[in-house]
Amino acid sequence: MSGKTHVQTTINGEHTDFLCEPRQSLLEVLRDVVGLTGTKEGCNDGNCGACTVILDGRIVTACLVLGVEAEGAEITTIEGIASGGILHPIQQAFLENAALQCGVCTPGFILASKALLDENPNPTEHEIRFWLANNLCRCTGYDKIVRAVLDAAATMQEV
Amino acid sequence: MKDFEYANPTSVKAAVDLLSDSWGNTEVLAGGTDLITSMKQGLTEPTRLVSLKNIKKLQGISKKKGTLQIGAATTLSALAANGDVQQHFPALVTAIEGIGSAQMINVGTAGGDLFQRPRCWYFRQGYGLLGVYEGKSLIPEGDNRYHAIFGNAGPAYYVNPSSLAPALIALGASVSVVGDGGEREIKVADLHTTPSNTGQREFSIEPNEIAVAITIPMNGLKNATYEIRQRRGLDWPLVTASVAFKAGSIVSGTNVVLGHVAPVPWRSSAASAALNGKFVNAAAAAAAGEAATRGAAPLSKNGYKVQQVKVAVKRAILAANA
Ligand SMILES: Cc1cc2nc3c(=O)[nH]c(=O)nc-3n(C[C@H](O)[C@H](O)[C@H](O)COP(=O)(O)OP(=O)(O)OC[C@H]3O[C@@H](n4cnc5c(N)ncnc54)[C@H](O)[C@@H]3O)c2cc1C
Ligand code: FES
Ligand code: FES
Repeated sequence: MSGKTHVQTTINGEHTDFLCEPRQSLLEVLRDVVGLTGTKEGCNDGNCGACTVILDGRIVTACLVLGVEAEGAEITTIEGIASGGILHPIQQAFLENAALQCGVCTPGFILASKALLDENPNPTEHEIRFWLANNLCRCTGYDKIVRAVLDAAATMQEV
Repeated sequence: MKDFEYANPTSVKAAVDLLSDSWGNTEVLAGGTDLITSMKQGLTEPTRLVSLKNIKKLQGISKKKGTLQIGAATTLSALAANGDVQQHFPALVTAIEGIGSAQMINVGTAGGDLFQRPRCWYFRQGYGLLGVYEGKSLIPEGDNRYHAIFGNAGPAYYVNPSSLAPALIALGASVSVVGDGGEREIKVADLHTTPSNTGQREFSIEPNEIAVAITIPMNGLKNATYEIRQRRGLDWPLVTASVAFKAGSIVSGTNVVLGHVAPVPWRSSAASAALNGKFVNAAAAAAAGEAATRGAAPLSKNGYKVQQVKVAVKRAILAANA
């Protein structure tokens, strides 16, 4: 009916243009149009956090943002977290702590954790647990995730 | 989701002109955390979405003539982080923190919180606001554990979902709305209505009106919110109480407003009257909590909320006084 809109954004530091319909969520656009399938779909209604990305410096659930709303925005997805061949300390800590099983929740947890550590480099376990309230994991029981974030915080303070 | 036109106006006037005068034809998009889900679920299928994102006037918080003015599209996280809000309106800060999700409060707006649609599962599953199937509401004999205990004589049984509304009502706030007839002021206390038939929405604004700002008087009221939740995770509360009162050696001007107990934020005049003229202490707070339950009429599965009302009111009063 209303055709496709041309949207210009910066995704993971690279200027990225895409065409999308108004009804496509940013999650659909990232996965199906831009081809960045690291961002996952869980609930598609804001509850699970699997689709968490960083939009203009703040974490959001990409399933509740429209692609057309991203005009002019800077977006960071899980594909933009490592530098070159080197994993981000949070990614490394998730691996070392076995903080993932199926991995569907992991990109969302890593981006949400990054936003936390950028703001609060030395969070308590309590703060981590509350901060990650909008990220659900069906596999790990959360404890390993919380340990991983604590470890990552410690590593990031060393460097 | 059905296809629609996306409009991105930069002025309130242009936005109002793009809105239809019947509900559901067009919708206002603020943060989208509620609306986009409703559209995916087919609860509303607008032909045009009018985004407020690029209207600068709707953003920001400022002091004006003894009040705090909050742009309707200010995000909940910006609101909770504001120094004046933190200093003067702890009732609001607790309500926002209770939402408990950085992802939601980074995007969700103050206006959107007030106008979010009920979470009643019959509504969300497509049975309409009144939960009607074959001419009869499914709710009184159905799973009504999260439904109303006040104002539930029918036909509405859902509870108002807004966390901000009870706190704003306790603080005496109002909302400026703009429509094609110009601007008008509505008390937050008068913003929510109870529909009497399935065609109506639950607001006193018109389909082509936009809330532009929330005004809270800064008159030194002691205030607090106490929320009872199933868990400190992402979900709506079971029962909340927001209170505000003038502190002196004895209390006056009390406003007790309950959340999640009725189709509208529920002002408890009995609880307010019970506290006025008293010294605040545990006994007075408990008596106000007791008074707040007067007239409660629980449905088959939500009797537990009556006790929660007592506790929430008592603790909110003690927190406001702390
Ligand atoms: C899992 C989860 C848990 C949540 N828990 C809570 C909770 O505990 N308490 C709570 O209060 N909220 C809770 N929320 C809801 C969230 O706070 C609301 O969705 C949010 O505040 C809505 O704001 P928005 O800007 O995203 O609104 P939108 O989704 O953009 O809009 C919501 C409605 O308001 C209308 N609207 C928006 N702005 C205006 C305006 N300026 N003028 C006229 N109409 C307008 C829209 O047309 C729409 O109908 C939760 C949400 C989720 C997904
Ligand atoms: S897919 Fe977006 S929050 Fe679950
Ligand atoms: S690892 Fe499977 S959901 Fe978290």
